[in-house]
Amino acid sequence: MQFREAIGDAAIVVTCGPGGIGKTTSAAAIAAALAAESSQRVLVLTVDPARRLADALGVEGIGNEPVDVVTSSGQLSVAMLDPQSSWDALIRRQAPDPETAERILRNVLYQNITRRFVQSHDYIAMERLFELVSMNRWDVIVVDTPPTRNALDFLDAPSRMADFFSSRFLKWLIAPTRSTVTTLAARPLMYIADRILGAAFLADITEFFLLLNSMYDGFVERARNVSAVLAREDTKFVVVSTSERIPVSEAAFFDEELRRRGLHVAGWLVNRLLPTSLLGGEVAAETRRLRAVQFDDIATARVRDVMCNLTDEWQQRARDEMDTVSALAQGSTPVFGARSAEGDIDTLAGVTRLGQQILESTEF
Amino acid sequence: MSFTPLGDRKLLFVTGKGGVGKTTVAAALATVYSRAGKNVLLIGVDQRSDLGTMFGVENLSFEPTVVQPGLHLMVLETEASLREYLRLNLRIPIVTKLGPLAAALDFVATAAPGVREVLTVGKVCYEVRENHYDLVIVDSPATGHIVGYLSAPEAINSFVRVGLIRGQTDWMVDILRNPTLTGVVAVATPEEMPVIETGQLLERIQRETVAHVAAIVMNRMPDPVAFGDDLAAITSVLHGSNSSFIPSAATKDATSLALVRRSRAEEQFRILQSFTENRYPVITQPAVLVSEPSVMVQRIADALADEVL
Repeated sequence: MQFREAIGDAAIVVTCGPGGIGKTTSAAAIAAALAAESSQRVLVLTVDPARRLADALGVEGIGNEPVDVVTSSGQLSVAMLDPQSSWDALIRRQAPDPETAERILRNVLYQNITRRFVQSHDYIAMERLFELVSMNRWDVIVVDTPPTRNALDFLDAPSRMADFFSSRFLKWLIAPTRSTVTTLAARPLMYIADRILGAAFLADITEFFLLLNSMYDGFVERARNVSAVLAREDTKFVVVSTSERIPVSEAAFFDEELRRRGLHVAGWLVNRLLPTSLLGGEVAAETRRLRAVQFDDIATARVRDVMCNLTDEWQQRARDEMDTVSALAQGSTPVFGARSAEGDIDTLAGVTRLGQQILESTEF
Repeated sequence: MSFTPLGDRKLLFVTGKGGVGKTTVAAALATVYSRAGKNVLLIGVDQRSDLGTMFGVENLSFEPTVVQPGLHLMVLETEASLREYLRLNLRIPIVTKLGPLAAALDFVATAAPGVREVLTVGKVCYEVRENHYDLVIVDSPATGHIVGYLSAPEAINSFVRVGLIRGQTDWMVDILRNPTLTGVVAVATPEEMPVIETGQLLERIQRETVAHVAAIVMNRMPDPVAFGDDLAAITSVLHGSNSSFIPSAATKDATSLALVRRSRAEEQFRILQSFTENRYPVITQPAVLVSEPSVMVQRIADALADEVL
């Protein structure tokens, strides 16, 4: 099976995996190749583009609002998640009135939560995706997910947000008089919280949550909708990695977690695979023959030695890499590979070529 | 220019972008200094920490385990940290299981900036203050989070105006701001994104925290193969303009890969070096071609010893 088949006619393609493994580049490459192959309108929503990638796509600054990329064929748009503006926009949309919205936006706790907490970035990434899907402007949206410590946290963000709003503790906090009887269990907490944090701080939190609570129904409903979009049949997940950075045990974990959530995994994409020439059966013999050649010229002999040593070294790396990939391929999820040389992504054409290579790659 | 050896401090926070080998470097540094006779506490801030694998131990806990002579290893747990924090700093003994209480506090911690972080930093600083160890090394949260941790003791004072916790964090700030006691070690690899992120991290540490950077470790630097005077000759062989011998496709690919990787790495190294303005060293660590984590840590420790002792 080819990667293209594994994606099928997905409306949303989500690339996930830890940071530093070419996830953003892969997302952009897949999007560029999909846009090039047909008259599809494709959007890539990224969280963290390398500057070089922005340059390659020919966009000055990538912002929260999608911008169109000039391509020879197809229609490619690109947007970058700006968590703060996305949160602010969400609050403005959900707040019952502009005054409540402003009070929340000015709240110090709000600013800290939305700026600093990764969980909040996870949630807003999914929320923003939902927003863009609802616009119905694109046939395919390729989403590059935030590099979280646990790369799957973002999937739970919508339901965690719903839990957050419906939790007993929150209800109790914002309705202290009613709850004194019902939540005896919370008393030691209040005692400790009061001693540690002080009543004034608790009052701040309470005010904040009271404001947020005015948006309760809207938030919970949206969180449910976002979760539903992720679980759709035509939302495909691609787990991106390199062969060196992820132990196979972690691969199994990824698969299991995605499936447990009822999500549709298109496959594994292993980036930056070494050239196949290094895996040829005759490589070792060729290197041995070259080593045995007598050169009169010492400099040439030295060059030969350096190049033979490098061949041995990289051949070993390529073999280790294949061992890892083969072990991965033992699992039930198809494994695909991209063999891009470094430096390939300096131009839109390069990014598109990488994407085409990914789409055409055959399952290991 | 000479710099104070890293290990002359009492507390090192090792951080870096995900995937650059931050945990491995933290483990290797702890190994170097414990081998040199120091009593070292290595702390993982995450219960899912890989530190155990690096020393071949399972089930790490809040109680330090001796994994090598002089090397104690522990991971932080929210509930245990909270329990200890309350007992030691606020003198609130808690006998019962914290269960729901910890869950609820977890919840407050999400809303109240700095509560979770201060428990972590508080525990780390407590170990420094108690002086049971010569050196405490923290396998810290990745870049982006570390700033939140280092600034937590101060941040919390701006939110909590009267509670007991107020003023409780001043001693932590004193430890964190003292460059002879505390240093941040940023780990990077010679690639574009990790180097950009390290640059941003260094700036934020300076601007938003009281802590000082002690060193940068440039991990996985390509082997300094002695291309030297042969570089031109190698290039001409690659391009076929020198017909002394014709390399196989594999040899060509391997050599090109090595050359590209080396020149890119050197470019990134120069960029990284320019960030430091000579205020702290950049320590290079060659790539170690070993897949077994525990062996890799020992190898890196062998290599780092010359640089950091």
